[in-house]
Amino acid sequence: MYWEKEIETLDREQLTQLQSKRLQETMQRASKTSYYKKLFEQLHIQPEKISTLKDLQNIPPTTKEDLRSGFPYGFLATPLEEVVRLHSSSGTTGVPAIIYHSVSDINSWSNLVARSLYGVGVRKNDIFQNMMSYGLFTGGLGMHYGAEKIGTLVIPIAAGNSKRQIWFLKNFQTTVIHIIPSYALLLSNLIKSEGLDSSRDLNLKIMLIGAEPHSEETRQRIEELYQAKAFNSYGLSEMNGPGVAFECAYQNGLHVWEDAYFLEIVNPKTLEPCPAGELGEMILTNLNRQATPILRYRTKDLAYWIDEPCPCGRTHYRISRIQGRTDDMFIYHGVNIFPIQIDKVLMNNPEVGSNYLITLERKDLRDTMKVEIEIKPELFIGDLPKLERLRERIQAEIRSETLVTPEITLVEPGTLPTTEGKAVRVVDKRQL
Amino acid sequence: MAHQVSIFAENKPGRIEKLTRLFTEASINIRAITISSANGFGVIKVLVDQPHKAFEILRGQGIPSYLQEVIAVIMEDLPGGLHRVAEVLAENSINIEDAYGFVVMSGKNAILIIQVESQPRAQSVLERNNFQLLTDEEIYKY
Repeated sequence: MYWEKEIETLDREQLTQLQSKRLQETMQRASKTSYYKKLFEQLHIQPEKISTLKDLQNIPPTTKEDLRSGFPYGFLATPLEEVVRLHSSSGTTGVPAIIYHSVSDINSWSNLVARSLYGVGVRKNDIFQNMMSYGLFTGGLGMHYGAEKIGTLVIPIAAGNSKRQIWFLKNFQTTVIHIIPSYALLLSNLIKSEGLDSSRDLNLKIMLIGAEPHSEETRQRIEELYQAKAFNSYGLSEMNGPGVAFECAYQNGLHVWEDAYFLEIVNPKTLEPCPAGELGEMILTNLNRQATPILRYRTKDLAYWIDEPCPCGRTHYRISRIQGRTDDMFIYHGVNIFPIQIDKVLMNNPEVGSNYLITLERKDLRDTMKVEIEIKPELFIGDLPKLERLRERIQAEIRSETLVTPEITLVEPGTLPTTEGKAVRVVDKRQL
Repeated sequence: MAHQVSIFAENKPGRIEKLTRLFTEASINIRAITISSANGFGVIKVLVDQPHKAFEILRGQGIPSYLQEVIAVIMEDLPGGLHRVAEVLAENSINIEDAYGFVVMSGKNAILIIQVESQPRAQSVLERNNFQLLTDEEIYKY
């Protein structure tokens, strides 16, 4: 069950030593980049003196805006000829943040992905259908290389074209898929409407779900729909891509690959470290990247440390599933709300279908929040009072989860906007 | 037994149009229709000559629908006609959850459709009291 037993089960003390050693190397590499060189000079930081993880905290965090400001080569630590690939993070406007990879970077990243996949049971004889975008987005290529390293047959089908996805799933009897969770919910409807039954006609065993925050309830629903195990995958292009943290067979939190990343979880306002169990923003430092070493990257992703040892035997600490992002939280009637809180409530109700939309509006100086929910056709039993009770129950459950009372509307299946990429769950139309 | 098809619909223009179009294309005849709604959505109930076919068509379109048995009882289209049915049900403590009726021959016959919690019991109570219950085919004979 281990890809690299020694490193995955390394004694904590040795793991910390390894991190410190790699941190020193990273500091040396970082000081070769124009961005960090200038920063160290300004702040009178001597890179060789940063040797412990505690010292690292003297360095201010790097933000996405910093990465952009370094365009094109501000974060490049090797000669350009050593670079074999670049990726860019999904910026919607302006200059993208570019991450360069050397041959050894691609190898170690692929190895982390292979480690993650092997840990959840992916093997050489599997057939792996990679339903994520290829290209500048790291989800597709990152997972592809890791799966190939294991020796799996990879179908690089990429995102979209649901009919073709289903055709391959069926005709190649695909055993492993990599998919965005909201798309997995939609695709299962299409599988049904093609007259197929996931447990009878498909051969799926393992699903790797990631690229957007999702609740435990969503995972359970996906597992039921596909009759396969779904494992939570975490990564971000600034830190390579998939393979930063991954669930093991126990599906209880994600192991952060601490030989490659140093993780801090901090209060996003004060930057003070959070104790285990307390939600905070993840700050990540590369420990073995050659071409683009990034120190203390503010991910905006929120999670908490789990401080109990995992029964799988891996010593790398676990984090909770991502609970949201600092920038997807919205404030409604003075209350901070994460979409995942609503996701949890909805996915726990079997009558709820696979799509929903939260809309915030301002009418006559008053904010309104509307949750439109597609109902599941199979569970409609022709009864209006029952629907009304469902609506009231969901409203009450959201109130108890978030302390606010949204307007709930039940809508027909297939009427809300869909996407084959990351789902849009919240539309905020309020003009401030 | 007679069958009724219920359809979930948002309270938006074009819903009845779509439904009736599907039925027209499939040559399905509608005998009765009722609509109830609350909070932006509602349930449309139809009594048609081919309920199973109607249900399959709707389901094929991904429209949330439900096919269920209902009691169709024939009564006289005269003062007190409905009262006689209601009286028997009340005497036997049977609660009517939903009901609608329509006249098939003015001044002569009307059909009452009722939904109750315990369908078989209501059925036997009505039969014992000499009410005639209709099947899908029989509804269309009148």
